[in-house]
Amino acid sequence: MADKTFLDSTELVLNMGPQHPSTHGVLRVILKLDGEKIMGTDCVIGYLHRGVEKIAENRTYAMFAPYVDRMDYVAAVSNGLGYCLAVEKLLSVEAPPRAQVTRVILTELNRIASHLLWLGTHALDIGATTPLFYVMREREEILNIFEKYCGARLTTHAFRIGGLQYELYEGFEEDTLRFCDWFLPRVDEYEELLTENRIWVDRLKGVGILDAEDCKAYGVTGPVLRAAGVEWDLRRAQPYSGYEQYEFKIPTGQNGDTYDRYLVRMEEMRQSVRIIRQAVERIEPGPIMAKVPKVIKPPVGEVYVSIEAPKGELGYFIVSDGSTQPYRVRVRPPSFVNLQALDKMARGGLFADIVAIIGTFDIVLGEIDR
Amino acid sequence: MADEQKPAPPKPPAGAAKAPPPPAVMAATPWEGELPSVLREQFGGAILECSTYLGQPFIRVTPGTVVPILDFLKFEMEFDYLVDVTAVDYPKREERFDLVYIVYSFARNERIRVVTRIQDGFRPESAVCVHLTANWLEREVYDMFGIEFANHPDLRRILMPDDWQGHPLRKDYNILQMDQRWVQENLGIESGQ
Repeated sequence: MADKTFLDSTELVLNMGPQHPSTHGVLRVILKLDGEKIMGTDCVIGYLHRGVEKIAENRTYAMFAPYVDRMDYVAAVSNGLGYCLAVEKLLSVEAPPRAQVTRVILTELNRIASHLLWLGTHALDIGATTPLFYVMREREEILNIFEKYCGARLTTHAFRIGGLQYELYEGFEEDTLRFCDWFLPRVDEYEELLTENRIWVDRLKGVGILDAEDCKAYGVTGPVLRAAGVEWDLRRAQPYSGYEQYEFKIPTGQNGDTYDRYLVRMEEMRQSVRIIRQAVERIEPGPIMAKVPKVIKPPVGEVYVSIEAPKGELGYFIVSDGSTQPYRVRVRPPSFVNLQALDKMARGGLFADIVAIIGTFDIVLGEIDR
Repeated sequence: MADEQKPAPPKPPAGAAKAPPPPAVMAATPWEGELPSVLREQFGGAILECSTYLGQPFIRVTPGTVVPILDFLKFEMEFDYLVDVTAVDYPKREERFDLVYIVYSFARNERIRVVTRIQDGFRPESAVCVHLTANWLEREVYDMFGIEFANHPDLRRILMPDDWQGHPLRKDYNILQMDQRWVQENLGIESGQ
């Protein structure tokens, strides 16, 4: 008998990434395959680790604010909102109404921008090239509004602790409403391209199923949780920035598969438009900053404040020792926690689906690695 | 600015004059209600403190009871979602680390923090047996603080390279002085910075 050779083994260990176009950054996944079947996965992360939490301990509260934009860089406004809310909680101040309404508008615009980028890249991963160009066109309009508001397109640093960084520019309301009117029919266009597209449905339906129980066990939040049928959104469950005053629906799915997650995010974009329209009507004249001391020195204490970021629950746990610098800032990134469920979703599935599964999480590695 | 509010430091109990930076403590108020009384009844002396600060309740417990409490909270009180596990380093304190678990209940729409203080070198029990999500979260705590969890299924570094020396979020880990040997060997940067 000849010795066993490597050809006798049916299992293959395959390395994917970190430099791979469909890992959405620098994610490395080590896969164990049996033919085309995935036997197990291991994620290697940390390639973008910049030590944001350590940096925070060496900056003042205000100085650290721009850093958070660099975590989830496609939803910088949400990151900034979460951080500002956490420090405001420590200081026991609340942003004035005008600032709150503006915060809602900008974060919802950012949610749309984030979902658009997700849609474009996710579709591209699966082989649909066209949507990418469409979504980039729409996203451009949102980035233009950001640019007119604060001069930056991606890492906006739109908010300050206690309110807004800048007064709204002349014509902000018109720009926003014009975008809403123009954007809504576009969502229908995307749906026309994809929702009933045979290839799209075949590639997504029943792929990467994560049911509600598993979502809770893995701490998975955001659209992934909602697609599993759990109607849970922090904007509704624990409202902040006046979200309790807005009417919107929390879209949910039933099967918890990749297709449902797609539908949930599409509907969320429509709901964001709905919130923006209500918010624009609520803009009233007034101050944009609460009374915040020039030197921010929160009393000793610790708080955890979280918001519904486009990817899920984004939390900040901040410990103050009464000095001008935070003693500890912990960021609870939604992408990091969600990605942990990758193995559960991919195991037993086909190798060709791994790309769809990574895409459906809508991960941003800047946020995972911080 | 004229309107600068003095953040009234919570008075330390033994009126320590006005020493410049008083070792102030968090001005937490006792947390009364159904949950703390149930927990006290169930775990007795293991619950060291039930307080709230700025409307956010937290309980401080002995290190050995964290996992039983998380288990009780999950299966009896519906706190079925472990939001986060993290640590805070207080190098001057004898029990050096605060280990913080944040749990949330979908049914009650409540969030509480379970805090425990541990010494350097103490190996707290891993919570993976109760909440699967603790796996990566505890790996990150281990990576950043060097707290080793007992019975963790896969305790490896997660963000830093495997052969990195030191644990970056410890307070005595200087931000300017990273693992120079690793940088020299792996990145070929002579200064190591």
